[in-house]
Amino acid sequence: MSAPAAPVAQLQDVSLQYGKTCALKAVSLEIPAQCMVGLIGPDGVGKSSLLALIAGARKIHSGQIEVLGGDMVSRAHRRQVCPHIAYMPQGLGKNLYPTLSVIENLDFFARLFGQGEAERKTRIAELLRSTGLSEFGERPAGKLSGGMKQKLGLCCALIHDPDLLILDEPTTGVDPLSRNQFWELIERIRRQRPQMSVLVATAYMEEAERFDHLLAIDDGAVLATGSPAELLQRTQCTSLEEAFIALMPEAKRQDHKQLVIPPRPAGEQEIAIEARDLSMRFGDFVAVDHVGFRIERGEIFGFLGSNGCGKTTTMKMLTGLLPASEGQALLFGQVVNARDMATRKRVGYMSQSFSLYAELSVRQNLVLHAQLFHVPATEIAGRVTAMAERFSLGSVMEQLPERLPLGIRQRLSLAVAVIHKPEILILDEPTSGVDPIARDVFWQMMLDLSRNDGVTIFISTHFMNEALRCDRISLMHAGKVLDSDTPKALMAKRGLPTLEATFIAYLQDAVGEKAQQPAPEAAAPAAQTNTLKRKRFSLLRLFSYTRREALELRRDPIRGSMALLGSLLLLFIIGYGISLDVENLTYAVLDRDQTTTSQAYALNLAGSRYFIEQAPLRDYDELDRRMRSGEISLAVEIPANFGRDLKRGGVPQIGMWLDGAMPMRAETIKGYVMGLHAGYLQELARKDSASTRSSLPTLEVRYRYNPDVESLNAMVPAVIPLLLMLIPAMLTALGVVREKELGSIINLYVTPVTRLEFLLGKQLPYIALGMLNFVLLVIAAVWVFDVPLKGSLLALLTGGLLYISCATAMGLLMSTFTRSQIAAVFGTAIVTLIPAIQFSGLIYPVASLEGFGALVGQIYPTSHFLIISRGVFSKALGFTELYSYFMALLITIPVLLALCTSLLKKQEA
Amino acid sequence: MEQLANIFHLGLKELRSLQRDPALLLLIIWAFTLGIITAATSMPESLHNASIAVVDEDRSPLSARLIDAFQSPFFRTPQRIELSEMDHGMDSGQYTFTLNIPPDFQRDVLAGHSPAIQLNVDATQVSMAFTGAGYIQMIGAEEVSAFLRHYRADLPQQAALAVRVAFNPNLTRSWFGSVMEVINQITMLSIILTGAALIREREHGTIEHLLVMPVTPPEIMLAKVWSMGLVVLLATALSLLLVVQGWLQVPIAGSLPLFLCGALLHLFATTSMGIFFGTIARSMPQLGLLIILVLIPLQILSGGTTPRESMPELVQQIMLVAPTTHFVDLAQAILYRGAGFSTVWPQFLAIITIGALFFAGALLRFRKTLAQIS
Repeated sequence: MSAPAAPVAQLQDVSLQYGKTCALKAVSLEIPAQCMVGLIGPDGVGKSSLLALIAGARKIHSGQIEVLGGDMVSRAHRRQVCPHIAYMPQGLGKNLYPTLSVIENLDFFARLFGQGEAERKTRIAELLRSTGLSEFGERPAGKLSGGMKQKLGLCCALIHDPDLLILDEPTTGVDPLSRNQFWELIERIRRQRPQMSVLVATAYMEEAERFDHLLAIDDGAVLATGSPAELLQRTQCTSLEEAFIALMPEAKRQDHKQLVIPPRPAGEQEIAIEARDLSMRFGDFVAVDHVGFRIERGEIFGFLGSNGCGKTTTMKMLTGLLPASEGQALLFGQVVNARDMATRKRVGYMSQSFSLYAELSVRQNLVLHAQLFHVPATEIAGRVTAMAERFSLGSVMEQLPERLPLGIRQRLSLAVAVIHKPEILILDEPTSGVDPIARDVFWQMMLDLSRNDGVTIFISTHFMNEALRCDRISLMHAGKVLDSDTPKALMAKRGLPTLEATFIAYLQDAVGEKAQQPAPEAAAPAAQTNTLKRKRFSLLRLFSYTRREALELRRDPIRGSMALLGSLLLLFIIGYGISLDVENLTYAVLDRDQTTTSQAYALNLAGSRYFIEQAPLRDYDELDRRMRSGEISLAVEIPANFGRDLKRGGVPQIGMWLDGAMPMRAETIKGYVMGLHAGYLQELARKDSASTRSSLPTLEVRYRYNPDVESLNAMVPAVIPLLLMLIPAMLTALGVVREKELGSIINLYVTPVTRLEFLLGKQLPYIALGMLNFVLLVIAAVWVFDVPLKGSLLALLTGGLLYISCATAMGLLMSTFTRSQIAAVFGTAIVTLIPAIQFSGLIYPVASLEGFGALVGQIYPTSHFLIISRGVFSKALGFTELYSYFMALLITIPVLLALCTSLLKKQEA
Repeated sequence: MEQLANIFHLGLKELRSLQRDPALLLLIIWAFTLGIITAATSMPESLHNASIAVVDEDRSPLSARLIDAFQSPFFRTPQRIELSEMDHGMDSGQYTFTLNIPPDFQRDVLAGHSPAIQLNVDATQVSMAFTGAGYIQMIGAEEVSAFLRHYRADLPQQAALAVRVAFNPNLTRSWFGSVMEVINQITMLSIILTGAALIREREHGTIEHLLVMPVTPPEIMLAKVWSMGLVVLLATALSLLLVVQGWLQVPIAGSLPLFLCGALLHLFATTSMGIFFGTIARSMPQLGLLIILVLIPLQILSGGTTPRESMPELVQQIMLVAPTTHFVDLAQAILYRGAGFSTVWPQFLAIITIGALFFAGALLRFRKTLAQIS
């Protein structure tokens, strides 16, 4: 160990509370600099919380934390040290972007830390080479196996030469060969950069043996510190795994006993699981290549293999989740059939990634699964209690799984898989990330199930000591089974002392000459990025997010094209569809006069293009009935003696009944009939030439801007603003909340990117898409709909740019406000659909609105842009006339963005 | 029996998830209370507060009388402007109507000439253009006749017009607006909740977990249909009773239970649509976009915003596929016109058919899409 330097991190009385649970209790400790420090302890004792606090990803509740010589409570200090800390959170590839390729993910992080192009290229190439990911540079991160994701996560953490590297269970779920490579890589980096301190939480005690310094934690407090040798000495143990157990308090240790594996009962057993030439192809890629095995009832069969070798795919075929491309999978001698409910009840499955309901409590999850497996209602409570006891879940029964550490979640998944007492258990890396004591407890249970109840267990694992406990194991690589036998036999075949060495030997044989050469120790390019890192606002970081978002948009061409085509389609449907000139109104006449005069009056109506005459009415009853059924919307009653009264100079009264169910339509009808009636009177006066001296003034009506009062010409310029609010807002609505829900928001917490850079970066690609959309809509309006564009195109485009910026900011606002994607979608629909359709002047002018709607209408961006759009299209207006509306939009943008920024947190609460 | 139990338990699970999302609950409450009140009370009468300006070149008692006739609530107080201001005022959207009374107007009227008044209408405000012109024409004729009655005996023949409005005598917009808003919220919420719930299960891998259990796709779907349908139906019933009838004092002519039956069927259709979209979209961003693209025409073209019969034939035909079209139809018939089941059964039938088609479509796609995610 090098000369003692100042500790890289110092904690003083740090406590952390989640609701009622206490994650950390007044922890005080020092983390020595320039060495590998391991954090070991059972699941759920606050290891992850501690790391997140040191990394600055989580807000400090109480106590003091100094990292790299400054107080982490201070925002200024965090901003300053953030580029020197790298944090890799727990979980498989949680901070990665699944649709981006390996290289693009790395490139994204490199840009966030302000690296130039040449520097990025060399660093990425170097990191990929040393992790053996070079071949997979173009593969989307989401399609990588668990271990490869972890490696990529590490690469992303190492891209900027941190001084403090914080790794939260980095090798969980990683195969032994990759694990070796992983630690070699870290060793190499440490040799190059001796000033780097590494802080690792791990569940693998073999790994902890390599570390310089260990911190054993339990129940939110530090139990012991020291080098591995010191801890071994103190506990008088030979292996760290034992030492770990010895360090635990009495209460936790008591249910731990040395695992004894009873032999299997002799004699032929029936075959429970069988695979015959099972193959799976995804396009050209052969994931599983003619795999075959037979597993007897009650056997524990282990599946070992490098990451991405097809273990998970094989398991999915056995459960019927994936139909095999070739070959057969048989359970209990019957071909697996996805529709066979009876077989499903006999199988328990646990998938590699956590796939229970994060929004249900632990107890609710257990109960739900028991119910779905049709465990008799009377037994459910008992089973749940038994499971809670068996997997030590008692203290977390009412908590939500998303709040629980990985190890505990794994236990819950296991409990769920066995709650219905299945006869076959298919477990995909069930013990990844689970602490040694819990693992032993779990194995004890599996042995019970296997030996006493005859349950067949098919399990994949990366722990060699677990593989040793299996009755037989299969070694798998690149979709093929290399060998199957008892662990001892396999070791004997190779003549190697440990299973790990045997396994690696098999793998190296299979990989053959492709075996990766350790990367040459090329000096990493010196960091020249310090000047950039300190900036409060960096375009480079902003564009890094822009690029990422744009790539994601490009990877999902359906979304982009749906937005463009969908908006064009809607422009057609709505442009034609919202016709405000109410037409084709049905009416009927109740003519009690039946003279030529009364018929002339009725004819006056029939001649109008708005009305369609129906069979005449006979009486009020009929009128009422036909109007109630919606058959007629207007009834005209001409009184008896109408003609006679009219001629005598009396004032006979025409009665009209309107269907008021739809007030807008009724109003329009009223307007029509009043106009028609006035026209009738004028006509009457003109004809009445006997007394020709009198006449009423005529009203010359001129419809301006749209002389034929065509709805289309008025509606198309109004529908464009509507669509450009709804669609861009929905496109950005998931931008932030999706990262929150899927975990990559952590990158905002731990990289130097600021909240504004993050938001603007996300917004830009959607503004670009929105502008493209806008241009297409304008083209369609002018060339397809023949709507004349009378004013300044430049003004229209400028208005569009400002408006789309507002619309995308609205989406982002909903996205920062909500916690779940569902809420974001719903919220965006609420804040856009109704205001844009009803309060922005599309149908009713804003000036005539009332109440709250009027207020919304006055500030809502759509109102302003609607006026700009109609002004430019129909009224030949430009910047000068519409100045105030441009200003309104211009002011809205910073207001919305400021709101977003204030709602977004730079640290987890 | 076991199937029913599965559907029940999975549905309960949906309700529990909903309960864990306070922001979503808040939005639902907003949608069914203040959202409805806002939309209902903001809608103007079609001719309401219309801005009118008058260029009075006559300045006679008759022209003054005419100008005074334009009164609230139909019109804002008329602005007297100069001829030169007229164009700018209309261009900037300041006035929807401008009336130009020519010089010597009164004299010409009394002399029995037929002088022309020019009325300019901003035809981009289509909703007001016609109605307003009709009103102004009527008002003009009435005022001039009344004026003439003082001076002359040989009036032209007169007939009065009495307009009576059935079902909603004062044409109160909130009566219509509130219920249409309830329908909008029902549609929006049910489609989003089910569609997004399905995508969430896919994105979190929980659906995969369900499919290794003795649970079938129809059960998973029906669970979402009943649970989300129940939430929305409850919200609807409460909203109609407390907000629409209670707060907004909208009289409901027909049978509320009959309407809720219709709402129930409508929910079956919309939740099935939601699930169908959930099987088409591959991710939440895609789903969000798909939903908004569908919701826009559903809200605008189902007859709740503008009357259906004035839409082009083709659009009318297309919109028959949408359950909302039939639902709006039956809602208007039941709630305002007091129609009974014998009148609205065709709409009930149409909604059931549409719902069944979407449900079948979703079922068909369910397994296919699941193969893609793993």
